[in-house]
Amino acid sequence: MAPRKSSGAAARKPAAAKKSGLAGGITDFDKADEIKAYGEMLMIRRFEEKAGQLYGMGFIGGFCHLYIGQEAVVVGMQMALKDGDQVITGYRDHGHMLACGMEARGVMAELTGRRSGYSHGKGGSMHMFSKEKNFYGGHGIVGGQVSLGTGLAFANKYRGNDNVSLAYFGDGAANQGQVYESFNMAALWKLPVVYIIENNRYAMGTSTARSSAQSNFSLRGNSFGIPGHQVDGMDVRAVHAAAVEAVAHCRSGKGPIILEMLTYRYRGHSMSDPAKYRSKDEVQKMRSEHDPIEQVKARILELKHASEDDLKAIDKKVRDVVADAADFAQADKEPDASELYTDILL
Amino acid sequence: MPIDILMPALSPTMEEGTLSKWLKKEGDKVASGDVLAEIETDKATMEVEAIDEGVLGKIVVPAGTENVKVNAVIAVILEEGESASDIGSSKPAAEAAQKPEAEAPKEKKSDAAAPVPAAPKAPVANEAASDPSIPEGTEMVPTTVREALRDAMAEEMRADDKVFVMGEEVAEYQGAYKITQGLLAEFGARRVVDTPITEHGFAGLGVGAAMAGLRPIVEFMTFNFAMQAIDQIINSAAKTLYMSGGQMGAPIVFRGPNGAAARVGAQHSQCYASWYSAIPGLKVVMPYSAADAKGLLKAAIRDPNPVIFLENEILYGQTFDVPKMDDFVLPIGKARIHKTGKDATIVSFGIGMTYAIKAIEELSKMGIDVELIDLRTIRPMDLPTVIESVKKTGRLVTVEEGYPQNSVGTEIATRVMQQAFDYLDAPIITIAGKDVPMPYAANLEKLALPNVGEVIDAVKAVTYTA
Repeated sequence: MAPRKSSGAAARKPAAAKKSGLAGGITDFDKADEIKAYGEMLMIRRFEEKAGQLYGMGFIGGFCHLYIGQEAVVVGMQMALKDGDQVITGYRDHGHMLACGMEARGVMAELTGRRSGYSHGKGGSMHMFSKEKNFYGGHGIVGGQVSLGTGLAFANKYRGNDNVSLAYFGDGAANQGQVYESFNMAALWKLPVVYIIENNRYAMGTSTARSSAQSNFSLRGNSFGIPGHQVDGMDVRAVHAAAVEAVAHCRSGKGPIILEMLTYRYRGHSMSDPAKYRSKDEVQKMRSEHDPIEQVKARILELKHASEDDLKAIDKKVRDVVADAADFAQADKEPDASELYTDILL
Repeated sequence: MPIDILMPALSPTMEEGTLSKWLKKEGDKVASGDVLAEIETDKATMEVEAIDEGVLGKIVVPAGTENVKVNAVIAVILEEGESASDIGSSKPAAEAAQKPEAEAPKEKKSDAAAPVPAAPKAPVANEAASDPSIPEGTEMVPTTVREALRDAMAEEMRADDKVFVMGEEVAEYQGAYKITQGLLAEFGARRVVDTPITEHGFAGLGVGAAMAGLRPIVEFMTFNFAMQAIDQIINSAAKTLYMSGGQMGAPIVFRGPNGAAARVGAQHSQCYASWYSAIPGLKVVMPYSAADAKGLLKAAIRDPNPVIFLENEILYGQTFDVPKMDDFVLPIGKARIHKTGKDATIVSFGIGMTYAIKAIEELSKMGIDVELIDLRTIRPMDLPTVIESVKKTGRLVTVEEGYPQNSVGTEIATRVMQQAFDYLDAPIITIAGKDVPMPYAANLEKLALPNVGEVIDAVKAVTYTA
């Protein structure tokens, strides 16, 4: 199973994938799974499109990193979790929050810096959290969340529960020193953490080929004895199959595991990135041949899980939720000036 | 010529130790490298090896002797053809040879730190007694800062299973500076966790565990190494509560020795008090006495916020009175008036207090009555106590070991100028370390640190006393 056919500089050869042991498994989604995955991925897609629009209109400021193209990764992973499992990621985090069940209104209002945002407008795109949904942020320093996520796993082990933490990071963060410090401790102490490397091929504008001596990131745990798999991150069923295996590995006390998700972001690194470092063809090819949402849609229609009209109805519902969130986020008040000095210390 | 065997220093800050055991007896032949004796400090037990071959002519310090000063002659080795009667002739030469090396740390201590007492001395006992947080009549127990820190951790670990300690050498080695001595035996490896030498990683891991609701105590072997971890301390520990709109913070203590020890060079001799005190979302504590070390560390462990707890290697071995109370906790953010006075105010903290205490003793002989405030917490800073004092004395000197630019003293000076300008009768003087990386040479290191003379001169200057 070649993850993609693109011929860009960073394209992987199937042989490399085989060598690393591409997980290869695919969960046989039933109708309910397919519909759920479709709806959740579509929610992220539409949400991010709207966020992009609001950014262009000046309602969202600062940095805003869109997740469009990578939706299958968080949706497939989340479907394998149970109550109490924790999620932590970097700054391309809107998709993770929605997948964790955080409300579109609260996320969008945070993007617009309003008082009903998850952090009352004090965090922004890169810094949102939900204790209730076990989402631990939302971190702006590349790689920082990897040590933190290892600490979440440490807490699970310390408490003797069987919860697992998912620490997401990108191919860029995978070269950070503290990632390996964390790998070492996680393997040493058999901490229940799934390291999910979302390899979207570009660390900002630098391709993995130009930044990484070993660009098969699933091998990065080798010297610590951490098993790793490359996964087709554009196929939500493949992600789910890998997630089930990885989470079971952690829950059974075998320690950490690495999943390298071969994925792709359609948009630039952030809103200000024109993405000149890759060809339009490369992007177009991914969209037309590997889009995670289109893949599910095609299967649903082919297997007659639902009709075109049914899917349109889902789409409409998603658009309504997103439109409502956008309206809410624009109408909501900015935080009160008194909020400036709250939440600094308990 | 007979060869003197001297009491060796086991660490940069060791001043004395116990000669626990002789493994050779007088008259024994010894070869270079043979183990002659075992010596012990509160930190470690080490072997003394023969540096030359000969016959162990005389044991000068018998086994079991406590408080043997570094560089004291403990035995004499005779070369071939010499007899015990030759002993003595070598002494002056040995002393002369040792002097340049021995001088620096000794002199530094003599005005930098109160001498390490075999038993607590009277002036020290007064400090704790003056603390209003200790009830009248409470029994006082002479305790080293090292023991006080350990007791604080042990008590809090007994009280709350969520509290654990992690760091380099904290468990099986019993602590690089023996602060965690005995904790592994009592609490086990689950709660006393040896980490790899990866400060950035384990600081972040600790913050993550704190975000998940545990109460980690992260020991840095020294705060100099915490520069590798400063991103996690500031960007993750200090800011998460704010960035999450109050949903989750990091109840964590980062502790370890801070500042200069003795001749450990530029990379190991740095005070971080003003660095961390610049950061909203952190509390910064820097105790001087053992009582404060205990009471404030217990408070830091219970605090729901990230606390930077700055200790000092030179103070670890010093003994102070600690109140014998079931649960002695001091408030973070409250200064302590070490001594009341009317002519001038000195504000100091941590090891800076040792210079200030020496100075006020000298100044009182000159008839200058100084009020000495031990800040104890750098952030949040107890400025009201400082302002009250300045309103009374009209004069202020600050004393610390850190760098002079953007020091804690310059911050105090700014705020006192803003809030009590009309009460000042002289410009504020801020005494700090010199504006240089810490040199290694004994004489230069002494020059780089503050000294008692500077403090005395500063107080004389602000009181316009010739």
